[in-house]
Amino acid sequence: MESAAISAQPTPDRPLGACLHCGAAVPHGTDFCCSGCEAAYGANEAISAQFGFAALAHDLGENEHSLTLGVEGIHCASCIRFIENALAGGEGVSEARVNMSTERMTVRWQGPKERADALATSVTKLGYKLHPLTDEAAPQTDQEKRLLRAIAVSGFATANMMLLSMGLWASTTETMGMATRELMHWISALIAMPTVIYAGQPFFNSALGILKERRTNMDVPISLAVVLATAMSLFETMNKGEHVYFDSAVMLLFFLLIGRYLDARAKGKARSSAVQLLARLQGFATVEEGEKTVQVPMRDLREGMTVRVAMGENIPADGVVVSGTSSADLSLITGETVPETVSEGSEVFAGTLNVSAPIRVQVSKASEKSLLSEIVKLMEVAEQGQSQYVRLADAAARLYTPVIHSMGALTFLGWWLVMQAPWQVSLLNAVTVLIITCPCALGLAVPVVQVLASGRLMKRGILLKSGDALEKMARINAVVFDKTGTLTLGRPTLVSTRHDPKYMALAASMASHSKHPLSVALADAFGGSLIDLNVRESQGQGLSAEHDGIELRLGSRKWCEIEGEADDAALEIWLSVDGVAKERFEFADKLRPDATEAVASLKEAGLHVELLSGDRKAVAETVAVDAGIDAFSAEVTPVEKCDRLKSLQATGHSVMMAGDGLNDAAAMAFADVSISPASAVDITQNTADVVFQGDELKPVATTYNTARKAMSLVKQNFALAVVYNVVAIPLAIMGHVTPLVAAIAMSGSSLVVILNSFRLNLMRDK
Amino acid sequence: MDILLYLIPIALSLGLVGLVGFMWALKNDQFDDMEGNAHRILLDDEEEE
Repeated sequence: MESAAISAQPTPDRPLGACLHCGAAVPHGTDFCCSGCEAAYGANEAISAQFGFAALAHDLGENEHSLTLGVEGIHCASCIRFIENALAGGEGVSEARVNMSTERMTVRWQGPKERADALATSVTKLGYKLHPLTDEAAPQTDQEKRLLRAIAVSGFATANMMLLSMGLWASTTETMGMATRELMHWISALIAMPTVIYAGQPFFNSALGILKERRTNMDVPISLAVVLATAMSLFETMNKGEHVYFDSAVMLLFFLLIGRYLDARAKGKARSSAVQLLARLQGFATVEEGEKTVQVPMRDLREGMTVRVAMGENIPADGVVVSGTSSADLSLITGETVPETVSEGSEVFAGTLNVSAPIRVQVSKASEKSLLSEIVKLMEVAEQGQSQYVRLADAAARLYTPVIHSMGALTFLGWWLVMQAPWQVSLLNAVTVLIITCPCALGLAVPVVQVLASGRLMKRGILLKSGDALEKMARINAVVFDKTGTLTLGRPTLVSTRHDPKYMALAASMASHSKHPLSVALADAFGGSLIDLNVRESQGQGLSAEHDGIELRLGSRKWCEIEGEADDAALEIWLSVDGVAKERFEFADKLRPDATEAVASLKEAGLHVELLSGDRKAVAETVAVDAGIDAFSAEVTPVEKCDRLKSLQATGHSVMMAGDGLNDAAAMAFADVSISPASAVDITQNTADVVFQGDELKPVATTYNTARKAMSLVKQNFALAVVYNVVAIPLAIMGHVTPLVAAIAMSGSSLVVILNSFRLNLMRDK
Repeated sequence: MDILLYLIPIALSLGLVGLVGFMWALKNDQFDDMEGNAHRILLDDEEEE
């Protein structure tokens, strides 16, 4: 659909029998080659009638303007090029840039502000949807950039100082002259001083901030150790002493900054998800006012207003259809892939897509009270709850830091007052204690395992999105599955067999002309060669064609003029030949091929497995039985899903939620940890801690097993690091740790932790 | 050990060149879109029309 949609623009002088949108050949009497083109064409017709984007353009002075908009549907390199070329072709455009990571486009032009609408229309004509942004700030926050700069500076300093330090460590005053040693110390000081001042800022600022609140965090001992080590080294350098440890201070900063940066990036990604979702409610709606229509921002819609929704437009608010019959893509809310037919009296939801015909909708709820907004609110609440959980790590650090401080202080006082040592030696020992207790091996214990585990999972098509996903997953004792798209493939496949080969060929040939999910499934199921037919599509009803002078119809019961209702709940389409119904094709959303196996292996691991479906009871029950799940609930609303998770959590369960629809998004945010297939809607993938690819369900079990193994390795690493501390700290306090020994001990303990972590790769797949 | 007087400054300035290069790239938003540029490289150059 995409390649068709972007292959060409509609031209006024199109040849007869060409698609209005893409220009591909179409049967006589129809305007579009497929419903995708029809929707895209409808969308740009609708949007070109809106003059809202000009208001969003920024005035850069001297008659220059810029506009930044969110773009939906960028998937590949050609998408970037099509959009940029379309924009660059506009009058007076000086710059057009698409950012694929953040799905935004920016365009600058010389000329009137109003040109924004024409430029935006040139992109929507290609079939991409545009939406205004709530925050136009650079996606990569200033904080991340500051950290990156600090990493670069400290990395440069570390590398160069190591060159010097290696020489100093390997030699003594006998093998290297005093003058040379002094030169090296001075050069080290020259590099280290600016580095510590610049790259240490993230820690110093955080430490000062928290000290003002009369509390401490890990940044306090880090800052203290770095400042003391640097100050003392400087003093020693000036006095031609030997206790020079600039390298330790700078290297410590470098490693800690890397961890800080990775942490900041992970958090930034999670934040953007809710904002993206609400972008669907940021545009304008066409509201009827007496005889006229006016453009009203969606957020100003109020109960009782009547809005017109064109083909391909998002429905702006929850409401009831007043007139018109169309099919609506409700997958955002329900997770069901087959568009539903809506007509007078049907309820529709904000953010869903009106596919095939214009409708008029009476607003029943203001957009900030719509179901979509409710879901976003639920997610925000849940995410705040989780970040509180993350702060537990800080709380542990708060307990640990006073211990470090007092040990350092006691060491200094002990040496100076009790042992009557010179103050340099006392301070040196105190700093050594501060550095050696600084959890280098402890700090590596988690990240190394995480990097290895995520690399291992990545090779199997599983993406870990949040830093603590493994940690949380290792603790779960219950798994809740969504049905459509999670346990099942989320798309219908042909399940009826034994069709007359002749009719099958005719039906598949007709179906190949349509993009309706059932048609696609039918065409996919047919392996033979297609018959050349002239097919017409009537939206929401079916297909018709002529073959050897006989009329063929493929579609719903009504379309094929069959009396009576279906006797079962299966999805079906019929083929009628010359007005006589001949063949019934049944479809079902099949289970993922290894669903039963995967569920069994999760159960074997002692997990409680449950199914929560928004679908009818009969369907949910069939799927639950097939997959081997005993506990299931059907016809569950998104809010009820959250409630069910909460009640599970209240009974002491730690829950993993596996889902793919928007209706799961809130529940996934509430769950302790969440996983979704790559076919899920964007917002759900953004919420999920883990995303997996492919048609199999096994990745859920694989991730769980890997998480368990990874966490046991983390615990071992912690034990190793603690053993190291227990041995090394007393030695440091007693002053037995020379710099060389400290270097070996520190890197040794880190090495042991890393080697232990690599055992993860020895694990076999179950 | 006189050689140190040359080699250390050389090593430092090489490192500085790399550091300045990185800072320049960061300042010019080269790291803003990690995905788009990976795809962009696959496109042929624009032909002037």
